[in-house]
Amino acid sequence: MRIALNEARCSGCRTCQVICGLHNFAENNPKKAALKIIGHFPAPGHYEIKICDQCGVCAATCQFAAIYEIAGVYHIDKKKCTGCGECMEACPSQAMFRHRAEQAPIKCVACGQCVELCQRGALYDADSKEVQ
Amino acid sequence: MNGYGGNVLRLNLSTGEVKVQPLGVEMAREWIGQRGFIAKILWDELKPGIDPLGPDNKLVMSTGPLAGTLVPAGGKVSFGAKSPATGIYGESCMGGHIAAEMKYAGYDVIILEGAAAKPSYLYIEDDKVEIRDAAHVWGKGAMQAEKALKDELGEDFQICTIGPAGEKLVKYACISHDFGRQAGRTGMGTVMGSKNIKAIAICGSKSIPLADMTTAVAKGKEMLKGCFAKENLDEWQDYGTAGVPVWANKIGAFPTKNFQSSYLEGNEALDGKIMREKMVINDKGCFGCPSPCGKYCYVKEYDVYTEGPEYETTALIAGSCVFTDIEQVGYMNYLCDEMGLDTISAGNVIGFAMECFEKGIITTEQVGREIKFGDVDSFKFLAEQITTRQGIGNVLAEGVKYAAEQFGRGSTNFAIQIKGLEWSGYESRSAPSNMLAYMTCDLGAHHSRAWSVTHDMAVGRKVLEGKAQKVVELQHIRPFFDLIGCCRLQWVEIGFELEHYPEIFRYITGFDYSQDDLMKISEKVWNLTRAFAWREIEDYGRKYDYPPARFYEEAVTSGPNAGDTLTKEALEYLLDDYYNLRGWNKNGLPTREKLEQMGLGFVVQELQGLSRKLA
Repeated sequence: MRIALNEARCSGCRTCQVICGLHNFAENNPKKAALKIIGHFPAPGHYEIKICDQCGVCAATCQFAAIYEIAGVYHIDKKKCTGCGECMEACPSQAMFRHRAEQAPIKCVACGQCVELCQRGALYDADSKEVQ
Repeated sequence: MNGYGGNVLRLNLSTGEVKVQPLGVEMAREWIGQRGFIAKILWDELKPGIDPLGPDNKLVMSTGPLAGTLVPAGGKVSFGAKSPATGIYGESCMGGHIAAEMKYAGYDVIILEGAAAKPSYLYIEDDKVEIRDAAHVWGKGAMQAEKALKDELGEDFQICTIGPAGEKLVKYACISHDFGRQAGRTGMGTVMGSKNIKAIAICGSKSIPLADMTTAVAKGKEMLKGCFAKENLDEWQDYGTAGVPVWANKIGAFPTKNFQSSYLEGNEALDGKIMREKMVINDKGCFGCPSPCGKYCYVKEYDVYTEGPEYETTALIAGSCVFTDIEQVGYMNYLCDEMGLDTISAGNVIGFAMECFEKGIITTEQVGREIKFGDVDSFKFLAEQITTRQGIGNVLAEGVKYAAEQFGRGSTNFAIQIKGLEWSGYESRSAPSNMLAYMTCDLGAHHSRAWSVTHDMAVGRKVLEGKAQKVVELQHIRPFFDLIGCCRLQWVEIGFELEHYPEIFRYITGFDYSQDDLMKISEKVWNLTRAFAWREIEDYGRKYDYPPARFYEEAVTSGPNAGDTLTKEALEYLLDDYYNLRGWNKNGLPTREKLEQMGLGFVVQELQGLSRKLA
């Protein structure tokens, strides 16, 4: 799945973060989500969605070869990851996240769970729907 | 404990002591959460007769077991205390994201005791809890303060604040959060101000344990998708409650010109469609919401941002104070929000003052200028006078009941309140069940517990029989959502079915309750808060349940229900029927039998100890 964004449609409900944590960590904890919703209030009054676009800069940056690609999606090998954080700094989308209970950063693996529960279409599958 | 943050955080602001106690299983099982916890804690811990604005009062912030999980709109938190507006049980809930956040930090309940010696805010990051200096945000508007603290602490913090009205102890100051959600009613912002607390900032990183994760996730998804599939979802999320004013006028229920009428001439200009065209820049949802009703607006004419106006704001500002320009209403909404005034009470009080002025009960000399219905400058002037407690604002800041007692000359008849709480947005002379709902609401004249205008329309607006039954039923269902930490609007507005909730409640908490069991707990809380009022006020009872004389002595002046009134006899009939169904005595007080049947033996004992005569 190619996850695409229509930020103007985001209502900031963060259901995407809840299901992400549940699906990828089996924990009810949106703080372990691989995406983040940032509100810009009171002005200009909109939400920003931080999520990986699978550009691969993280993999190119990692000194420990801990980030690998399968079918255009980058995954972190938690055994190899030292938690140095260089990939996070290099990420052009600022879409890799740190949780205090996890050594490795958290990044999107394009599972599409967030898309399934975004009725607003702020997150959508660009493979099945035209880019908006 | 499954479904819960697991802890009660207790801060003594006078001594600086911070205590974390585990949430007891019995407490969770018997009182569920949120409003249930608040009512039980306030009953157990407050001595009757305390000053609501003194250090002996406690501000209890609590959410429920479904908050922060994968359920539709699990983002509700309530604040409770002895109310400075009514002197009885006070409570108000709000959405946003702070309910979920407090659970991720590990807390279901936060209790503020005592009072800080200087302006402070609470910093809560998981187990790190500090009472910090708030000198730099004291005096700021509620949203300005939230923004300043977000900039300082980081985006991950969820923050609630009070505005200057809370600092100045205006009796209807609200608690604000997420740049536009408010716990507006019963003066919870006033209590927070009395404790010198400007803000509560929370950031949590923990997981909420679930009793049966796989099933809970599957059921949660089913519920969310059930909401997504509702027919009127699109209309609801386009307009939210802003779609309601025109309807409320059409059926003659819009509180117009301080409730003289139930129809506002020119109301079509307040319609949600016009508002969306002119002002809405974003649909804003609370945590986990499948049907975001927050309409975030930029009001170009005044160059301000505001969330809303919501229906209740439009009803009390546009209706009660007579405005038909949605941009003006948006601007006044913004003013109240920044000042930290509950728009319902503020609109009600200001509409009352405008009527008093028109009738010559208060004068230019007293007010300091002329004021009139439909004038933005008059509204702004009064809102500012109230917030700063200057001149006549110092009287109006005490609420409409107190102001009428001061102004005299018959103004009590049109001080639209019950139990000291200003009436919210439905004129109800042509809706007896809704009238009864507000009359018997444990908080005062408020719609959150039961709202039944559509029931009156369905079964006949003049009919009295069976109305009390509906009110009792709704007083258990609607506040049930305030036990579990969820918004009720999916059920109320898009028709999402109630029966899903006990099931997901079981998967999340492991407590096996039927819908009837949960309604019984809701009823138990209802009896407890009524008993709380009686514990505070010796002669409490029936006489506290009547609406102002306007509703039974004056007829609706215009619109589809012009000429309507409800007689005193009709009100007596409704109350008799209601008390009987509740198992209370003729004076509207719970009987020993009823309390014991509800598992409230401890209430019986305490009331007897205070020489209250239980039937």
